[in-house]
Amino acid sequence: MRLDLADWRGLLRPGDVLVAIGGLLVCGYALFALWQGGVPDGAVVRAGGKVIARVDLARERTIEVPGPLGVTVIEIRPGRARVASDPGPRQYCVRQGWLTQAGAVAICAPNEVSLSLTGRAADYDSLNY
Amino acid sequence: MTPSTIELTPTAEDRRIARHAAAAIVLTVAEAAIPLPLPGVKPGLANIVTLVVLARWGWREAVWVSLLRVLAGSLLLGQFLAPGFFLSLSGALASLVVLGLAMHLPARWFGPVSHSILAAFAHIGAQLVVARLWLVPHDGVFYLTPVFALAAVVFGLVNGLIGARLLRELYAKRPAAGDPMER
Repeated sequence: MRLDLADWRGLLRPGDVLVAIGGLLVCGYALFALWQGGVPDGAVVRAGGKVIARVDLARERTIEVPGPLGVTVIEIRPGRARVASDPGPRQYCVRQGWLTQAGAVAICAPNEVSLSLTGRAADYDSLNY
Repeated sequence: MTPSTIELTPTAEDRRIARHAAAAIVLTVAEAAIPLPLPGVKPGLANIVTLVVLARWGWREAVWVSLLRVLAGSLLLGQFLAPGFFLSLSGALASLVVLGLAMHLPARWFGPVSHSILAAFAHIGAQLVVARLWLVPHDGVFYLTPVFALAAVVFGLVNGLIGARLLRELYAKRPAAGDPMER
């Protein structure tokens, strides 16, 4: 038996190709449905440990949160949110950029402000630092 | 020596089933030696034999060969009545049901490759359900579904092609009477 690609292709019938494509579609769908990691549906803003805003991610808005160092600005866009500016010295929460996954959190520790996204299927049960 | 009072005369069909089951068992054992990255992802080479038997000799013989293979294969690998055995058995039963339906698809359009891929999906489907209900009662088992589905497509395709090739060679050599593989 020689390995001849055209010869092997001759063994495929039209329906076989369709079945294989269907299988790949099932595979892609499973990947999309199971590995997407949860679309966020809302954002929770906390300052000093207390929830000060609980918003949905449907429309754009900007939230200004006062803290011990100054004002942290949180920007909400459809499907994502970020800390736009923060008075903290190291700017970790700002440099984290846009949060897009349910369960994702940006914490501005010096100013005691945190932004977290909520969703039906969060990737994390809890986070610990 | 006392002559046996029970005389078992194997028919030609019995011998054929035994021969095919033996070939499938050899493939099962050989496959167990292949290291694989994930538990549960296996090529399932023995199913090539099931496909060939299905096409040449019909569904009933394919059931015999497949179930004998699961039983004897698990005995040889020390898996009999272990969780892996029930996973194999459930996968094999689901595949056989799907093969029984798929073999009635128009042969002009759907060949062994279709049968193989559909059976592979039935196999992983049944195994996931059994694993979810019995072994890992948590939805986490479904997390690996995309990997299993991809394996089903790839190995289903490869096994189907090998089966189709074998059928063509066998048919060219000695066309069986009433062979459903007219092309």
